[in-house]
Amino acid sequence: MSASRILIVDDELSVRHSLAEWFREDGFQVETAEDGAAALRAMDRGPYQIVLLDLKMPGMDGIEVQTRIREIDPGATVIILTAYASVETAVHALKLGAFDYVTKPVDPDDLANLVRNALQSRALAEENVRLRERVAELTQATPILAESPRMVHVLEMVRTVAETDSSVVIRGESGTGKELLARAIHAQSPRRYFPLVAVNAGSIPESLLESELFGHEKGAFTGAQYRRKGKIELASGGTLFLDEIGDISPKTQIDLLRVLESHRFTRLGGNQEIASDFRLVCATHRNLERLVEEGHFREDLFYRINVFSIEVPPLRERPEDILPLARHFIEQYARAMGKPALRLSPDAEAALLGCRWSGNVRELENAVERAMVVGKGPLLEARDLPVAGRNGAEAEPAARSLSALEKEHIGRVLGACDGNITRAAKVLDIDRATLYNKLKRYGLRR
Amino acid sequence: MAAPIHVAFVGDRTPVWADALVSSLADCFPGPVRASTVAADLAPCFVPDRDQHHATLVLATLLRWRPDPAAKVLGIVTVDLFIPVLTFVFGLAQLDGFGAVVSTFRLRSEYYGLPPDEGRLVDRAIKESVHELGHAFGLVHCNLVACVMHASTSVDEVDVKGSGFCERCEAAVRAGRRR
Repeated sequence: MSASRILIVDDELSVRHSLAEWFREDGFQVETAEDGAAALRAMDRGPYQIVLLDLKMPGMDGIEVQTRIREIDPGATVIILTAYASVETAVHALKLGAFDYVTKPVDPDDLANLVRNALQSRALAEENVRLRERVAELTQATPILAESPRMVHVLEMVRTVAETDSSVVIRGESGTGKELLARAIHAQSPRRYFPLVAVNAGSIPESLLESELFGHEKGAFTGAQYRRKGKIELASGGTLFLDEIGDISPKTQIDLLRVLESHRFTRLGGNQEIASDFRLVCATHRNLERLVEEGHFREDLFYRINVFSIEVPPLRERPEDILPLARHFIEQYARAMGKPALRLSPDAEAALLGCRWSGNVRELENAVERAMVVGKGPLLEARDLPVAGRNGAEAEPAARSLSALEKEHIGRVLGACDGNITRAAKVLDIDRATLYNKLKRYGLRR
Repeated sequence: MAAPIHVAFVGDRTPVWADALVSSLADCFPGPVRASTVAADLAPCFVPDRDQHHATLVLATLLRWRPDPAAKVLGIVTVDLFIPVLTFVFGLAQLDGFGAVVSTFRLRSEYYGLPPDEGRLVDRAIKESVHELGHAFGLVHCNLVACVMHASTSVDEVDVKGSGFCERCEAAVRAGRRR
């Protein structure tokens, strides 16, 4: 690690000299300047992590030098050093962004601590910037490919609503990537540094959904041995993604409406009101207007959540996206499997474009994953795809047991991964122990 | 040939722990170590406003007693030292240079209102002497508390740190390179 650089600005030669020696002994790279003009010239040769700046100097005074230094390098930590202490100048310097203010002569222990704190504070600030960049990178990690005009329009809407705090309903068939869009909204919103908490209302029994959303106190019901925070509480500051909102019961609809109106709720079995500042993004594959007409969905809740509505078109209505998505998944699985990315042969492209994709993008992804396992390359052929020749019909033999299919699939994946258990487990999305158990059960060898 | 070290006790007699200091320095540094008393006049280095001696001037005064051009001088003084920007220093050295000075003024327990403790004074004086001479041999402060080159801005920190070099600092001294 390179030494931190420090610039000492003081009109007294003895101060510059003694401080320079003191900091050199501490391993700093030190430069000195006798006045403001020399300091600014030195700053051009920067950067310096720390500038020790005398407040009273002939010509340009310390306050003015500090202002000019911040113009040159806003990241430099300025510590004011002066023999003329006054509260007014200290406050003024601090308001202008100085890290701290010490009077000469300073206790060596105080100066050492001050510089140490300044460097730590600077390191934390830099780490914070790096982490924020990393968060932005990670939250944008799943790209949403859109070449079709309809999906381009969807992404424009996502960008527009992301900046607001309004509730959003994302509608579309299963597998169209509604959760991906919800994550994109969160990632582009000012709430992105707080969590996105996802709840799939369709997959949780009604009896558990209330506890999942609102949390519970210890002893709230049989089995509630501990206090547990609900998803609404956990989403505070961030976004609550409620998938399959069309499936929630009338009772939970009322509770949810109440939370959306007041942003306050109580845990099950509790009597203390808890505030949660969250943004709601919902998704559904159902027709909410019809559910309202039929009396299955509360009209007031519908209007509360339906501030923005985004319709994700099914894949069959945007064929322009099929091949770019397929190529994206090929690259993704090639990386995961440690294989070279295969190119699509013309007949494979035709097969992909000819398929109805009733399972939408999810089905396409699964088809590509399977093809990457069985494909021997360098071209991914139509015969490698489970869609070849079916165009809506099932390609797999219907009369085979689930375990037989699982055994065959594991064998294929393991072969494609050259017997590497870790890689195969990653592709299969199971842990290594589970894969070992399955290999043993099916009598498969690495 | 490693640089000889000349320990200059300022005053008319050497302290009883002079041999212990010479022995410790001989263990830590490659060259021969000699000690003598020096009747240097530090009065010109005294700054009445601060009631202290200017460490830079004291060091410059002691360097005049350098017996040969290759020698490194370690001055041991009993007066309180300062550099202009700091309230005090335990010692001062020319980084990768020829001179170093250590003051025992604030190493004495009496300075902190405690009973005299000769053993502790010797321990502190040896640590600070090795530390300042380490700078003259090109060493900068070390992050390891166990190393004598660890920075100490209070007497408690002097007590806590080790009395010898860590492996890296020792290797740097033996190899005659800066660290």
